[in-house]
Amino acid sequence: MVMRKRSFALTVYLVLLMLPIYWLINMSLKPNEEILGALTLYPHELTFQNYIKIFTTPDWYQGYINSIIYVGLNTVISLVTALPAAYAFSRYQFIGDKHFFFWLLTNLMAPPAVFLLPFFQLYSTFGLIDTHLAVALAHCLFNVPLAVWILEGFMRGVPKEIDETAYIDGYSFPRFFVLVFLPLIRSGIGVTAFFCFMFSWVELLLARTLTTTAAKPIGAVMTRTVSASGIDWGLLAAAGVLTIVPGAIVIWFVRNYMAKGFALGRV
Amino acid sequence: MDRWPDHKAWFLVLPVAVLVAFSAIIPLMTVVNYSLQDVLGGTYFFVGAEWFEQLLHSDALHGALQRQFIFSFTVLAIEMPLGVAIALALPRRGWQVSLCLVLVALPLLIPWNVVGTIWQIFGRSDIGLGGWTLNELGIAYNYTSNSVDAWLTIVVMEVWHWTPLVVLLAYAGLQAIPDAYYQAAKIDGASAWAVFRYIQLPKMRGVLTIALLLRFMDSFMIYTEPFVVTGGGPGNSTTFLSQYLTRLAVGQFDLGPAAAFSIIYFLIILVFCYVFYRALEGIGKGAP
Repeated sequence: MVMRKRSFALTVYLVLLMLPIYWLINMSLKPNEEILGALTLYPHELTFQNYIKIFTTPDWYQGYINSIIYVGLNTVISLVTALPAAYAFSRYQFIGDKHFFFWLLTNLMAPPAVFLLPFFQLYSTFGLIDTHLAVALAHCLFNVPLAVWILEGFMRGVPKEIDETAYIDGYSFPRFFVLVFLPLIRSGIGVTAFFCFMFSWVELLLARTLTTTAAKPIGAVMTRTVSASGIDWGLLAAAGVLTIVPGAIVIWFVRNYMAKGFALGRV
Repeated sequence: MDRWPDHKAWFLVLPVAVLVAFSAIIPLMTVVNYSLQDVLGGTYFFVGAEWFEQLLHSDALHGALQRQFIFSFTVLAIEMPLGVAIALALPRRGWQVSLCLVLVALPLLIPWNVVGTIWQIFGRSDIGLGGWTLNELGIAYNYTSNSVDAWLTIVVMEVWHWTPLVVLLAYAGLQAIPDAYYQAAKIDGASAWAVFRYIQLPKMRGVLTIALLLRFMDSFMIYTEPFVVTGGGPGNSTTFLSQYLTRLAVGQFDLGPAAAFSIIYFLIILVFCYVFYRALEGIGKGAP
């Protein structure tokens, strides 16, 4: 009886959770006349014209490509720099290690709005404005500390005897790190990549400020649906649905590690 | 586990140090610089703490700060109990686990502006299911003109968006409890409440602290979602700190006040961050 009440409550929650998303999908499959007419719970005049428009207009699909490029770039930069650092924090004591670690965490908590203006000026100086690299580097502000934090949690779980044995066996540090250590924490690397992807993918404030045309993210392109004649709701909804798809795919791949990853490897 | 003392480990941390210097220290120095200067016709004057004084007496900042704290605490008060309750209701094993986890996590991976768009549409009384239903029920609801409705919309949106994070964290904590604990409780004839109070809650303490502080930080920095839904309005009723700052910096280009504000903002977060870090350290030591 208790179990049934529980699953009932859970079902209600999941339905409420999915309802706004369903509504967006529902709207994306309707022509604008139906959207603005009487409220319909499912598309009566099913149409894919909104999606077709996005996939055939370069301005639109280029937005998705731009977003995916800087998110990918950011994930790679974050992982490559964070892996050795996380190893150092999990294995060695060195001057200022605790202070540096804390200072890294403060970056995780820094409001992007604070960095808006200085970033713009800094990247202007280096001529990086409107490049994918600018956004990828800007997102490192929160993704690198996060990656270090999660990876350190996973690396602490690997016994130090493995390192010692490998060094006695004559492995050099780089060979040991790449051939022995990284395969041991591959689920941790997967979870970290997932988080870097997630936080870079959902961020818009910095991405929008640092780009104008060539590297414009999809979130900024979406404002194009507002015109003098009003908002093109169907197109806006379709663009929104398409931004959910990459996230949904990524979740499916990491679903078994997700709970652990969200606890940042520290459960 | 003791760590090897070796200062050469700094070489491994170096790439991160360089990268973060580029993306955090240099920008922060610029902010400090601006906060102490004024620009007139391209020349800079040192004005000392003038901007800070001006800001500390500014009603707009006080308003935004107050709204920010009320918002963050309201959201936390709803999300934490709700998240724990949902985590307890999630199935422990079987094929349903994957399905539930994927569905629950979905809102977390929606770009924040799209979260705003979803609720902007959902709450509209003409084309949105939520707003339409409320109005059909005879409740006059309009988030663009009524500030209470606007608040309600933003809080519901935030709860919808971020409760999944609390659920996943709490669920991770629950999964880490060995079955033997439950069996012992069963033999002792413990009630469901006793199991929750004396087994599950203490075991979740660590992850819940992480959840609490992550949620506090993120809700304290909220920008995109209310910007899309209400644009800070009606009036200033849903203008939170980040939005106020962005308006100062990018909208009006008031570099001095914006920079001074950035520093105050950052200091508030830093204080909480320190408490957060100490709390986490305490847990690390206390855990078995």
